[in-house]
Amino acid sequence: MGTGVKHLLDFQGWTVEGIQGILETADVMKEVLERPVKKVPALQGITVCTAFFENSTRTRTSFELAARRMSADVLTFAAGASSLSKGESLRDTIETLNAYKVDAFIVRHHASGAAHQVAKFSGKSTINAGDGRRAHPTQALLDAYTMLKEFGKLEGLKVTIVGDILHSRVARSNAELLDLLGADVTLCGPATLLPKELQKGRVKLTNDMQAAVKDADVVMALRLQQERMNGGFLPSMSEYALTYQVNERLLELAKDHAIVLHPGPMNRDLEISGSLADSERSRIIAQVEYGQAIRMSVLYHLLVGKK
Amino acid sequence: MMLEIKNIKRVGSDTLESLFIEDGKIRGWNLSESASETIDGKGATVAPALIELHAHLREPGQEQKEDLASGLAAAAAGGYGTVVSMPNTSPVVDDPGIVTSLIQKADRLGFARLKPAAALTRGQKGETLADLAALKDAGAAMFTDDGRTNENANVLRRGMEYASGLGLLVSVHAEDATLRQDGVMNEGVVSQELGLPGNPAAAEAARVARDVEIALLTGARLHIQHLSTARALEIVRQGKKAGAPVTCEVCPHHLTLTDEALRGFDAMYKVAPPLRTQQDAEALFEGLLDGTVDCLATDHAPHTQAEKEKDMLEAPFGIPSIEVAFPLMYTRFVKTGKISLEKLLDLFTAGCARVMNWEVPSLEEGAVADVVLLDLENSKAVDPKSFKSKARFSPWAGDELYGWPVLTLVNGRVAFQG
Repeated sequence: MGTGVKHLLDFQGWTVEGIQGILETADVMKEVLERPVKKVPALQGITVCTAFFENSTRTRTSFELAARRMSADVLTFAAGASSLSKGESLRDTIETLNAYKVDAFIVRHHASGAAHQVAKFSGKSTINAGDGRRAHPTQALLDAYTMLKEFGKLEGLKVTIVGDILHSRVARSNAELLDLLGADVTLCGPATLLPKELQKGRVKLTNDMQAAVKDADVVMALRLQQERMNGGFLPSMSEYALTYQVNERLLELAKDHAIVLHPGPMNRDLEISGSLADSERSRIIAQVEYGQAIRMSVLYHLLVGKK
Repeated sequence: MMLEIKNIKRVGSDTLESLFIEDGKIRGWNLSESASETIDGKGATVAPALIELHAHLREPGQEQKEDLASGLAAAAAGGYGTVVSMPNTSPVVDDPGIVTSLIQKADRLGFARLKPAAALTRGQKGETLADLAALKDAGAAMFTDDGRTNENANVLRRGMEYASGLGLLVSVHAEDATLRQDGVMNEGVVSQELGLPGNPAAAEAARVARDVEIALLTGARLHIQHLSTARALEIVRQGKKAGAPVTCEVCPHHLTLTDEALRGFDAMYKVAPPLRTQQDAEALFEGLLDGTVDCLATDHAPHTQAEKEKDMLEAPFGIPSIEVAFPLMYTRFVKTGKISLEKLLDLFTAGCARVMNWEVPSLEEGAVADVVLLDLENSKAVDPKSFKSKARFSPWAGDELYGWPVLTLVNGRVAFQG
């Protein structure tokens, strides 16, 4: 059972049915992860390469564990210790890895579009594990799955995403996916971090935190990417925390059943209050757990029956 | 020695005629004298050779991308008889000795004629003026810090005033670097969807506005390179009306491509200034028609294939286009009836000469014999593998184009024969 789609670079070319297939299979994978022996033979004989050109711990380990739990062989490539530091190009690196008869690439890169290039250079199934500001589709899928587990449906759900929208691949992918699945998405942040061009479909933009959070079902705080803050986007971190922090007081405006998400890693008490992150409204740990099931499901849909 | 080029047509005529050239000059049309050498033009249309005011030939220092031999051969193949090379080489062309050596080498090569531009400031750092008079004496044709932007308005002002005293113009890459930031493409819907850092149209417009004001202040001639936005063009239009001694150029890629081309994340389309929107491209074309745009320039910017295969953040800016510029513009705009051949040729030749205060090229007796024959009847696909340039990639690869140059003469010598 496949989706008929070779890559997961973003959601271009994906149908609602294809996405629903991944979300449904994630239920099966979640059940596998609850077994005493958390391993199935679905990807036996398949070699998956995690090609991470940008630092990541949680996404890489999540993907590697997902692949291993489906019995795939995993080739781990980390740019820091590679020939990239000796000047090798992305193309040559991928062609070298490809020569090891890899069946699929899982790519993270600091440049938007790099996953597209890997798909082109390798010709193999490619999963985007985050490229620049562009897309992080498995994060969006696991976020959607978390909402689905909570509310049973996504249609009509009011989802508010707060923070550094400009630099966020998580926000872009979530907006794209949730809009496709019928949720109402509000992107909120200071005007310097909120590109007006992202307003389309059911996706709304606002600088007003109170209006954004009012009657929300889901509030997602994004990490403030301080490493990309060289353009004078914010007067100060403290002013940002005062104005755009997701905290208990703000959550009083949301629906009673509202949940809080964060893609991690968190800057506690900056974009989200530590106490809220630890509260019963938080589903931050559930996101990580579901991420495993989602990534197993994505690998299954893209790779099973392809070899 | 007399050369006869027979069976050629003048623009707007179907009559086959003969052009006679002697000692590097046009001797006349349809003479009864006998020539020592004859070339059969086979019905091609003849025009003065094209003039390029903006090419990156990469020598000295970046010969892996291009050198004088490959770049000037590419220019001749593109129908150009004269090329102004940009000084952002390694080292920068801010030393009279480099200017002299470039001209001497180009003369030996015998392809298109080279007129090097020199840096306006030492090392193109934008801080101290280069030795402009000495650079002029060595043969520099203009001054520019292109490749970089002139952030210090006062340095630009003094440079323009000084250059004006020498009778030369200053040309500028007009873009506010503090607004451009790390933008790699046009800022807009497409850049936001692709998650790529954007370069706003306002970065160009704001800088053009400043520079037009400096031209008004100084009365010194200023040439604005590769305009890419409707807004900046409008500012030039208003500046010209106000009497600013400003000229400007646009490039074929900004007229024929938009930021939509970046959707495939192919860094081949990464150029500076970036490909803008359809509205910008249409406004630039309007500028060609109404005379706001003085000339066409290619901003031929060759790179190695490996460099252009890097990711969108790492890959360098630039498209090589000197070999396809005329056929591209002819096919897209003359064949479709949007502009006349006469007007297009003016933008590629006389318009450039007027910007530089050079003698306007002609095919009349006594004129310098810089001549191109253009095949307007037959189409040929763009094949980057056949480029004379070292850069063997092109956004227009595979496109069937008309108007290919078949013969280029420089000073009466054959510089290219297709």
